Amino acid sequence: MNTVDVSAAGPAVKVEERLFQNRYLVDAGRPHIKIRPHEAPSKALLALTHLCPAGCYSRNDKGQVEAVVDGCVECGTCRVVTAKTGEVEWNYPRGGFGVLFKFG
Amino acid sequence: MIGERFDAIVVGAGPSGNAAAYTMAKEGLKVLQLERGEYPGSKNVQGAILYADALEKIIPDFREDAPLERHVIEQRLWTMDDTSYVGMHYRSEDFNEEKPNRYTIIRAQFDKWFSGKVREAGAVLLCETTVTELLRDTQGRVIGVRTDRDGGTAFADVVILGEGVNGLVGQRSGLRPELKPDSVALAVKEMHFLPREVIESRFNLKGNEGVVIEAMGTITDGMTGTAFLYTNQESISVGIGCIVSDLVDSDRTPYGLLEAFKRHPSVRPLLENSECKEYAAHLIPEGGFNAMPDLYGDGWIVVGDAGQFVNAVHREGSNLAMTTGRIAGETVVWLKRRREELSKANLAEYQRRLEDTFVMKDLKKYRKIPAFLHNNKHVFGLYPKLISAAAQTWFRVDGVDKRTKEKQIFKALRQGRTLPGLIGDAVKLARSWR
Repeated sequence: MNTVDVSAAGPAVKVEERLFQNRYLVDAGRPHIKIRPHEAPSKALLALTHLCPAGCYSRNDKGQVEAVVDGCVECGTCRVVTAKTGEVEWNYPRGGFGVLFKFG
Repeated sequence: MIGERFDAIVVGAGPSGNAAAYTMAKEGLKVLQLERGEYPGSKNVQGAILYADALEKIIPDFREDAPLERHVIEQRLWTMDDTSYVGMHYRSEDFNEEKPNRYTIIRAQFDKWFSGKVREAGAVLLCETTVTELLRDTQGRVIGVRTDRDGGTAFADVVILGEGVNGLVGQRSGLRPELKPDSVALAVKEMHFLPREVIESRFNLKGNEGVVIEAMGTITDGMTGTAFLYTNQESISVGIGCIVSDLVDSDRTPYGLLEAFKRHPSVRPLLENSECKEYAAHLIPEGGFNAMPDLYGDGWIVVGDAGQFVNAVHREGSNLAMTTGRIAGETVVWLKRRREELSKANLAEYQRRLEDTFVMKDLKKYRKIPAFLHNNKHVFGLYPKLISAAAQTWFRVDGVDKRTKEKQIFKALRQGRTLPGLIGDAVKLARSWR
């Protein structure tokens, strides 16, 4: 996963350590975000590999973009960025599922 | 789902939805409120600062039991480069008043409290229920909602959409367009815990006094954005946000930007030895007045972030949310008392009332600012560097005489930006600010 930011000075920044602090109720087998099958991602879809604040998006060895949305914080950035290309199907998780902010 | 008919359905239990539901329920209307989270607040993210005035107009004695963190006695505005900040700090004993003006809050706790007041006032709240679409009659009037709770429906005379920035229900029903990447900011935030006496000594505070820091500069790597650091009782909220279209073009990650801000030599000592207990991200609608969608129609009203009610320059949003929610609620109560239809023509009263408040006045005043900040990236990179260099030249005592130092400062300014460029930026800012 492309979840390490090498631009910041100092030790590498991993998003997984942050997400580990959060509470989730994962709707197993029913991801609320789906990527449309594609040969090559658009610039917008590709940007999600660094843009997603939960690091949900990554490139596979064929260059396609994949998503694992268990750590999603439901911000909606991927939806807004790909609205024009329609590559991401985005819904809220079913009522009660998804991230549960303790502080918000 | 719920057989009986309601006077109003409120979608969402954030500040705008709670303000609307409370205002209507208190006046005896039958209100159903739907929230997709397990509890109100579980999906909501904010810095967060509570503006007392907006809440006082809804719950005058909120200070008696609301979960408030610290009242703000000091505001720090920082312009940062990689090693420095130039700050404007305002601290006043006058803010230690009987009814303080601003408080830091923790949203999950605050929203739960506010929701309790809504239910005490008589509204019916259903959590873990996501609204999936609006229901319309043959004339296109909104008459209710469909939810994901067994596909259940609920009907009412009016639906108030306080569904937040993503606002899927209104968008998919064609009430408003999709958000644009250049008019929405992505903010990430962490909650860092420290003993309260450590916070008080680091920020020079006593009791429930609090400090807020708003910062801009090279921390956003040339992108339009700001960072913040707010003191709570036993925690510090720290975050950074940038316009989404800038983040698309950058190769930086949001959490990388946040980490770099936390590692800045001016910030790191404030957070030292703290324990991070949550990481959140949220969109902020920053398009302002020009991005504002239709605010009402036949059988519906939009309030809060879903209606783009955010003053990005002043970092205000929750007060606009509460005020639009309250006024939407008051408009519905007023129309119901007069036994008038909740039609588009009659609900125009909502916008008329908003025009008389700070909400529309401020959004109109700053309508050109989003475009200015988007098109003048110098504000976020070059100027902070120049200001810091000028301050350093001025304050460093190194045997150079003061007249030469003045010349060095002006030379550096002119090298960074041509004189017409400097004047042009100032004129454009002044025009946008007016």
